[in-house]
Amino acid sequence: MSGLKILRIGPAASVQDMGRPGLLGQGISQGGAADTLALAEGAALLRQDPGLAALEMGGMGGEFEATGPLRIALTGAPMAAALDGEALAWNASHRMEAGQRLTIGAARSGVYGYLHLGGGIATGPLLGARAVHVMAGLGRTAEAGGLLPADPDQNSETGLVLAADERFKGGELRIMESFQSHLFPEEVRARFAATGFSRGSRANRMGVEMVSEGEGFAAEGQLNILSEVILPGDVQMTGDGKPFVLLRECQTTGGYPRIGTVLPCDLPMVAQAQAGAALHFRWVSLEEGLEIQAKFEKSLKGLPAACRPLVRDPAAVRDLLSYQLISGAVSAEADPYATGETA
Amino acid sequence: MDSQDAAAYPLIRRAGLSGILVSFGGSLNEASNRAALAFRTAVEALKLEGVVETMASLASVFVRFEPSLLPHERLEAALQELLAVQDWLQAPLPVGRRFWRVPTVYGTDLAPQLGEAADAAGMSEAQAIDSLSAARVRVLTIGFAPGQPYLGSLGPEWDLPRQTELTPMVPRGALVQAIRQFVLFSNPAPTGWRHVGQTGMTLFQPGAEQPFALRPGDEMQFEPVSKTEFLKLCDADPLRGGAAAQEIQA
Repeated sequence: MSGLKILRIGPAASVQDMGRPGLLGQGISQGGAADTLALAEGAALLRQDPGLAALEMGGMGGEFEATGPLRIALTGAPMAAALDGEALAWNASHRMEAGQRLTIGAARSGVYGYLHLGGGIATGPLLGARAVHVMAGLGRTAEAGGLLPADPDQNSETGLVLAADERFKGGELRIMESFQSHLFPEEVRARFAATGFSRGSRANRMGVEMVSEGEGFAAEGQLNILSEVILPGDVQMTGDGKPFVLLRECQTTGGYPRIGTVLPCDLPMVAQAQAGAALHFRWVSLEEGLEIQAKFEKSLKGLPAACRPLVRDPAAVRDLLSYQLISGAVSAEADPYATGETA
Repeated sequence: MDSQDAAAYPLIRRAGLSGILVSFGGSLNEASNRAALAFRTAVEALKLEGVVETMASLASVFVRFEPSLLPHERLEAALQELLAVQDWLQAPLPVGRRFWRVPTVYGTDLAPQLGEAADAAGMSEAQAIDSLSAARVRVLTIGFAPGQPYLGSLGPEWDLPRQTELTPMVPRGALVQAIRQFVLFSNPAPTGWRHVGQTGMTLFQPGAEQPFALRPGDEMQFEPVSKTEFLKLCDADPLRGGAAAQEIQA
């Protein structure tokens, strides 16, 4: 079995997939990759299932050695990557031979970078998924000396690149009213959307703090409301009216009131915002929200067809003939999911 | 809408892009908790295509679904119809309930916010320990973290608001208090509730055949022990810290 031996690793790296739906009633949120778009991009680049597990690297990468030949893809927050000292393109797929060393540095923008293996990372599943859920105590963060095994790879294509979706520098978050929005006076809700926020210093896979100038966003009687279900994307106000946007690894219930819920398709932008990044909220209706989310899901299906051959500077390539220059070509119309190319 | 006005309930509301919340009450109430537990079981039994998962919270049932398979209006109509089938506030508790007696250290450095909670409730620490340890509370719902119970109800003197600032971290087995309830923590976590007691209970074992110790409807009592005795119990029984369960006869 091919895989990667971890020689060095940042403090916030963990294996992630799409998480565990179905355990909400047992107090376990779905969890999974903080940036699910990056997960889908890696799968498209490797022509494999977006449900496969990858290594999520918070802020900082690591150093890895291939135990056998394997394909990799790098997505999410761009980080400086090199294979045996030669720079590798980000948001692209590459081939590694046994014994080759991959180094991944700090995030240049954004927070979470992803390292995907052809065949998917094959750590042992726990309660139906491989995603490490730190808050639930399911699995643990990656450590130096550990191994990232890969399942058998069904494909051999590498040298593909995807244009990166810009989600690493903050921006607009679309938010819907939810069942506690009415606890906030209309004036507060309007002011919330008119306020410029920056990502605060407190942020992890559970949630991200938003800071702003001026008055907080308090609801009436908010320290005594009944604890109620929490959804990823909920914007929760702590007692002093400071907003936190909750992410996929959030707690399942809570009593601090929530002003609304950010659309699932905008959560990668929340997770990827670096400290200080500028963010603002825009209220959308349920109908608009459904439409925006459906469009996003359609764009995910189009990712495999959006992969392009990686154009290399021939002068920078030591052994040009070792690349299969043809195999990276794909038709813009073809949907590899439909043709079974990813099976 | 969140008033105590019973006429407003049951209430069907939308939660996020793909969730519906059916609430049986806006404040902690034994009947609405029973209603939520029974209604969740009934929603599961409908086996509607497009429903992804359900959960019962203190007084509500949450249904997560896939709107492209099951539009909001259709799910809302199905839930409305199910609400009309019976008086859910009269529903019985789930079967197979158990009574847990859990050795607990109140106060000391293991549970440093007992004094603060006692002050807020207008009691001495000794009175607070008497009051909290005499309460036989029920698992109202499991939530926040894996297998973690919300327990109630305590008397009105314990209707204390959450803290404005979070306590950065309480350990596994921490017994915390607010709004006439306890929560018993399954993992270390930050909390807005006050850390009044410490137990040796493990509520969640990921690898085990039965990963979750508690079920909604179980009852618990937190019996005071000294710190020395507690540490001995934890040594002898690292998994439960001396806690024992017995079936509740229906």
